[in-house]
Amino acid sequence: MKFTNLIKFLLATLIIFASNNAIAKTIKWSMQGDSLTLDPHAQNEGPTTQVSRQIYEALVTRGLDMSIGPQLATKWKAVDPNTWYFYLRDDVKFSNGQKMTSEDVVFSILRAKQPTSDFKEYISTISSVKAIDDYTVQIKTSKPNPILLNQLSNIFVMSKQWATDNFAIAPQNWDAGQETFSATNAMGTGPFKITLREPNTKTVFKKNGKWWGNVEHNITEIQLLPIKNAATRVAALLSGEIDIVTDAPVQDLARISSSGGHKVESTPQMRTIFLGMDQAADKLRTGNTGDNPFKKKEVRQALYQAIDIEAIKKKVMRGLSEPAGIITFPGVTGYTKALDKRLPYDVDAAKKLLADAGYPDGFDVELRCPNDRYVNDEAICTAVVGMLGKIGVNVSLFAQTKSKHFKELKDNQGDFYMLGWGVPTLDSHYVFHYLYESGASWNKVNFSDSDVDAAIRVMEGEVDLDKRNAAIAKAWKIVRDNIAYLPLHHQVISWASKSNVDVPIRPNNEPLFRFSRVN
Amino acid sequence: MDSKNLTLFNRIKDSDIYFSFIKSPTAVFSTIILIIIFFCSFFVELVTPYNPFDPSSLSLMDAFTPPSWTKDGLAKFILGTDGQGRDMLSTILYGSRISLIVGFSAVIFALILGVGLGLSAGYFGGKYEMIVMRLTDVQLTVPSILMALLVDGIARGIISREMHDEMAIYVLIFAIGISEWPQFARVSRAATLVEKNKDYVSASTIIGVSNIIIMIKHILPNIMRPVLVIGTIGLALAIIAEATLSFLGVGVPPTTPSLGTLIRLGNDFLFSGEWWITFFPAIFLVLLAFSINLLGDWMRDTLNPKLN
Repeated sequence: MKFTNLIKFLLATLIIFASNNAIAKTIKWSMQGDSLTLDPHAQNEGPTTQVSRQIYEALVTRGLDMSIGPQLATKWKAVDPNTWYFYLRDDVKFSNGQKMTSEDVVFSILRAKQPTSDFKEYISTISSVKAIDDYTVQIKTSKPNPILLNQLSNIFVMSKQWATDNFAIAPQNWDAGQETFSATNAMGTGPFKITLREPNTKTVFKKNGKWWGNVEHNITEIQLLPIKNAATRVAALLSGEIDIVTDAPVQDLARISSSGGHKVESTPQMRTIFLGMDQAADKLRTGNTGDNPFKKKEVRQALYQAIDIEAIKKKVMRGLSEPAGIITFPGVTGYTKALDKRLPYDVDAAKKLLADAGYPDGFDVELRCPNDRYVNDEAICTAVVGMLGKIGVNVSLFAQTKSKHFKELKDNQGDFYMLGWGVPTLDSHYVFHYLYESGASWNKVNFSDSDVDAAIRVMEGEVDLDKRNAAIAKAWKIVRDNIAYLPLHHQVISWASKSNVDVPIRPNNEPLFRFSRVN
Repeated sequence: MDSKNLTLFNRIKDSDIYFSFIKSPTAVFSTIILIIIFFCSFFVELVTPYNPFDPSSLSLMDAFTPPSWTKDGLAKFILGTDGQGRDMLSTILYGSRISLIVGFSAVIFALILGVGLGLSAGYFGGKYEMIVMRLTDVQLTVPSILMALLVDGIARGIISREMHDEMAIYVLIFAIGISEWPQFARVSRAATLVEKNKDYVSASTIIGVSNIIIMIKHILPNIMRPVLVIGTIGLALAIIAEATLSFLGVGVPPTTPSLGTLIRLGNDFLFSGEWWITFFPAIFLVLLAFSINLLGDWMRDTLNPKLN
């Protein structure tokens, strides 16, 4: 009898475990690269924010429709143009059970302003933050800031206590290669928490049972499994090993959607791909002429006109791109169709411009490229190398993984490089502030123009929208006429998933798993 | 018969090897294929009108043209084009030249190193022999591809990035060569052990010929048969090792692709229906390695007296 009892017991346990597994809803998510760090203020980069967004929350946030709405703050008001009050939710707990108060918000904003933060330019206009009471925060700006809410939607709130306990008071110094506790661990107020972190291999998110919000999702676990090789990623999706790919390779979309059990969604992404040319260096690091040809506008224009963007669109991007004339896209304040028009593709004109500039035989230069960041990034660069070869510019391609690419760019090692830029604030100011302002952190072409700098100051402080828009339009005209960068195209992103996995696609390529369902 | 009166050609024609070669259809077949491949690879400039490594001659609009016999194919691109508009046939031939150069150089390197150490170990014996043979034992426990990866990794650490692309091919030759020498060392030592006790070696020693001369002039020619058999099979292995390394992305740079690099680049398009970008380089590699192996099998059967 005892033996049969044991059997019964074992069977019962088996059934309980089996049914538990059937209820557990896991989403296996894959993309070509991984988050660079879990520290929410150390790197301002797409996939890094995509991961942080599931764990951390901000005062305000963009919903599925990309409009700004409340998150940790329920309401806010500006008592005068420079003073804002944010009223926080009083029911928010971190995933370790600790209550979130205004102390944590003040700590996080000040943390994001520290020198090692990659978000310090984001909120450079904030001059002071202080806690009025447990659930009220006062923020003062140095001048009227019309886009403060946009900026705050990307400043994640961490626990002051947790950061102090784990020696993470200052953001990880990512540029210097520092390793910190906060880079491999995360503890936020968001709908998910991280239970396992193996960089570039596997990250496991579990549902945060203490989350304050109304649970709309039915997911118990998310696994992020980056797969660098495009074909392997698609194979993993088709074989059922992966549930969703948020950067499905353009060449495989037809194959995936024809497979029955899978679906593909596409949307224009809020990201523009462009090439930068260092215009300040006296001598190119990888050149052969002993000077810097990029200093001359004719040379930059020659390179621009030598690029057959329609061929890239048709052959490399399979139609899923929108040729760009400026580094911003429809939906951003300051974008117009007229600005976005490209200079015509004209090889003869390009050759003539090069000859006029004093380089009839072209020159040598190295093009730096990431190979796991943007849609078909390396293939675009290879195509550009061929096109520039036709006008005599002998380009050697150096493609490497994104973490090295970005780090070496920040280290000022690039003469000629590829970069993509999204605009999370949906305002032109963000682009100018990072890419065009003299000495800005991502202005690696070392573009500098006092009129543009003055216009940026107007964008930051002007509350009269007409005047502000005039300043934006003027700045775009200057940088466009100067050919400070070579714009290529606006990316179109495609997500491919199993038919029963429902993750709403968003133009900033950021999945919000709190709205996702597995049926 | 007085062989001095015969020309080299006649000597070859009368030899056992020639007879056995002519009687073996696989040997003739594989030799013909190899001759065609070698000719096309080394005189590729005469064979194809395109230079796939000259970026200015490419047109992106030609990219992804399927092979000429399919519906959208073009007669000027017999095997189609890849994602950059390069003609597949000429890219494969240029690529196989690099594969063959790396394969041959690696085998010659391994052969000189392995035979040198094996022959001297067998001849001198003693502690020296023990050390050399234990070294081969140790190295045979490490898979050769791992060995090659290790060498390549170290080389990347030492050589600066600017130099690396130029040095890549030499690093590859060294890496593959160093992973293959133990085979040669073992075979040549075993053969030397048999030869060194024969009368002609004793006679040379008695009349006072130095050890070096005995090894090179007298023993070496007599152990070359098994070494050549190993060498032929090693060539196929070296070509495949090169393809594997390049497929893994640690071989020659993509600007001068070898067969393995081409297979890797085409791999991304397998699901999208552009099968020819990876299929033709792969088939070419199979054909090349298969022919060399067939020839190696025939050589082993013919040159190994124990099997006769």
